[in-house]
Amino acid sequence: MLAAEGVSPEESAKKKPEQAPQEAAASEKDQDKKAPKKKEEEEKPRVNGLLETDYAKRGFHIDVKLNPDQVVKAAEILDGEGMTLDMVTGVDWINEGQFEIIYDYSYTGGVLFRTVVRARVDRAKPDIPTISKVFGGANWHERETWDLMGINFVGHPQLERFLLPEDADFHPLRKDFKT
Amino acid sequence: MIGLAAFIGVNLAWLGWVERKGAGHFQRRIGPKEVGPYGLLQPLADGLKLMSKQLIIPANADRALYMAAPIVAMVPAVLSFVLIPFGENLVPREFNFGLLMVFAFASMGGLSILIGGWGSGNKYSLIAGTRAVSQNVAYEIPMLITAMTIVMITGSMDLNEIVRQQGGFFWKWNIFRLDKSILMPISFLVFFVCSLAETNRTPFDMGECEGELIAGYHTEYGGMGFGLFMMAEYANIVIGCSLTTILFLGGWQCPFGLFPGPHWFLIKTYFLFWCFVWIRWTFPRTTFWGLLNLSWKYLIPFSLVNLLLTALFIKVF
Amino acid sequence: MSSLAQSHLYETFELNIGPQHPATHGVLRIKVVMDGEYIVKAEPVLGYIHRMHEKMGENRTWNQFWPNMSRLDYLSAMAYNRCYAGLMERAMGIEVPPRAEYIRVIIEELNRIQSHLLGFGAYVMDLGGFTPLMYAMDEREQILNLLEAVTGSRLTYCYHRFGGVYNDIDDDFIAGTRAFIKRFRPQIPMYHKLVTGNVILMERLVGIGPITAEICRKYGASGPVLRGSGVNFDIRKNEPYSVYPELDFDIPVYHECDSMARYLVRMDEMFQSTRIIEQALNKLPDGPVMAEKVPKTLKPPKGDYHFAVEAARGLFSMRTVSDGTNTSYRMRLRSPTYSNVSLFEEASQGMLLSDALAFLGSLDPVIPEMDR
Repeated sequence: MLAAEGVSPEESAKKKPEQAPQEAAASEKDQDKKAPKKKEEEEKPRVNGLLETDYAKRGFHIDVKLNPDQVVKAAEILDGEGMTLDMVTGVDWINEGQFEIIYDYSYTGGVLFRTVVRARVDRAKPDIPTISKVFGGANWHERETWDLMGINFVGHPQLERFLLPEDADFHPLRKDFKT
Repeated sequence: MIGLAAFIGVNLAWLGWVERKGAGHFQRRIGPKEVGPYGLLQPLADGLKLMSKQLIIPANADRALYMAAPIVAMVPAVLSFVLIPFGENLVPREFNFGLLMVFAFASMGGLSILIGGWGSGNKYSLIAGTRAVSQNVAYEIPMLITAMTIVMITGSMDLNEIVRQQGGFFWKWNIFRLDKSILMPISFLVFFVCSLAETNRTPFDMGECEGELIAGYHTEYGGMGFGLFMMAEYANIVIGCSLTTILFLGGWQCPFGLFPGPHWFLIKTYFLFWCFVWIRWTFPRTTFWGLLNLSWKYLIPFSLVNLLLTALFIKVF
Repeated sequence: MSSLAQSHLYETFELNIGPQHPATHGVLRIKVVMDGEYIVKAEPVLGYIHRMHEKMGENRTWNQFWPNMSRLDYLSAMAYNRCYAGLMERAMGIEVPPRAEYIRVIIEELNRIQSHLLGFGAYVMDLGGFTPLMYAMDEREQILNLLEAVTGSRLTYCYHRFGGVYNDIDDDFIAGTRAFIKRFRPQIPMYHKLVTGNVILMERLVGIGPITAEICRKYGASGPVLRGSGVNFDIRKNEPYSVYPELDFDIPVYHECDSMARYLVRMDEMFQSTRIIEQALNKLPDGPVMAEKVPKTLKPPKGDYHFAVEAARGLFSMRTVSDGTNTSYRMRLRSPTYSNVSLFEEASQGMLLSDALAFLGSLDPVIPEMDR
């Protein structure tokens, strides 16, 4: 993609000063969005789903909100940047009837840079494509998220019980789970 | 005969105590100290404990082989004691092919590991058994070739005769007889390493690697079955040390030609045993192919060279 | 019990390196399909010590969650406590007094030395050398005695609080730590002479279990695993927290990518920790050890918070989603062993069984933190 090639020279500047990563990644997200999303939340509005956060307050640099089907493409872009996947978290927003899947990426090649990618799916049908083909480490994280939360990662090679016993039929981290 | 039986019994029990005390001191702690003064009665306590345990036979073990393995381990080891010359006249039975018989018994002991491993019905034991057999086979060869060298020098396979020929001062011992072959001291080391490997001691304890295969070929044995294996191992160690002493260090000969007798034999044998314990608690385990490499690629060619060299020396000088 | 002929190409058999095994550092089960002595497929099975710490995070108030933190990785408990403290201090904007920060650093580095000592001892014991473990335990006893005098526990500490530490250190502790450093520094070259230089050990470790930096990146490996593969990444330098920017230390990095490299990284890290402790002791300021005006019930503002520390095994981070109440809405714990061991399946294909176990030991797993 032309857009992707255009940003790669900018990416090399990422190694040196600190503002460069934020600007470079911001412009890269602008160009590669398929369906731009505007979500007004908190104090700052998101531009194309992207929000620059206060690192000292939150602990990460960029927060990106995407559609579930855009998650794999984002993972591929971040993989191309040399970032690594730290964890995959599932959050059960039962009052809103949605699951939120949060991906944490960080950059280990130089100046630290953390990206958070979020996606929301319906609680009734929690399907989201898997990124385990891009990042091998996502295999275990997604399997655990399915095991404990019940979020279905479409295309995952081995979506079986992981931490719970094989015959468990419940998802304990859901908010409506009662023992 | 009775004396011999008593000697064997005392040895097998109390060598375990020596090992545990030695291990303790090497590891900056004291070994057993509760039972009796300095823990000297510990082997009795261990023996009592082992005898009082129920002999459980696993369901898919082959009963005959399972029961046979400890016996096959123990009998040859004890029988070999009959041939060891403790002193000039202190040989229970003197054979003029004593050396050959000792090696024959040692090979039978190696067979017991395979029987034990297979008969346990446990995959881990089987792996351990096969590993131990390849190790035993590989290390018997340099041992035999080195022993052959000594036989060539002495002209006899009789163990007592071998010792007699090393009479007098310590430079007449086979280890230092450089007039027969300049590689003698190194072949002593080769023989020592081979006895370490034959008796399955660390760093060559592939058969019983704790940590990788739990306890290898004796995982499934409890109570006295395990006890028999352990005693057989100590018996084998004593045989190995005795053999090394006889072949290389002069058996019951005194280093200064003064008072030859069984006490010198015992001193030398136990010194070598102490080296066994020392090595066990110092080194980690080798890899399996490293072990086989050592034997096939280094020890065997070396011992062959030594054999040829000795033959040359004997012929020429 | 036995299953043969997994594929028509070769006969394989399935072996269970079961949950109870001397060499798996905890209750880890690995289902191994083997072809003779070679591993065709090794699949770790987790969950034998899963206690749902994440659910407990939701059911307890912020203050009540403290004990859980040390039960995760009991060998590196101080770093985990530090992460939780840092997380809430970031969320609530609490300022920690400098003396508390220095104390935290000293304690955390002592904990790191202790964890690496045990890792080193247990690893060499797996390989068959039983004695270094006893030597390592001796040193470890001294550290645990020091820490017990200050914190009250030997293994599962609950020493940090939001805003500082709960107990000040006294002169005995400072003197004891200095004596320990003085005694411990010459021991490291001794370990190298006795253990590392041993021919048999080198044969067991050199070239075993190569992990490229690319695999590390894909799986999120961190800590000595990553630094043994040539990547210079340590949270203490790359994402500094506490007073680490004011201390002078190096990050050991080795490029050989094998088990020996990871082992050497840990040994060098112990030495660097002694440097950190010494400098921190010299720079220790006076003052309070607890911030003032820390609310009894914390109610952090809504949103996500994230904090990462360098535990003994790698990058440990916590992410919490807060909804403004006194309990967390979602507490996520990301343990380094989880990511480190996840690459075992891919990296162990074609290895010999004893090599695979040596490789697993070099990743230094602690299973309770993997299963949480």
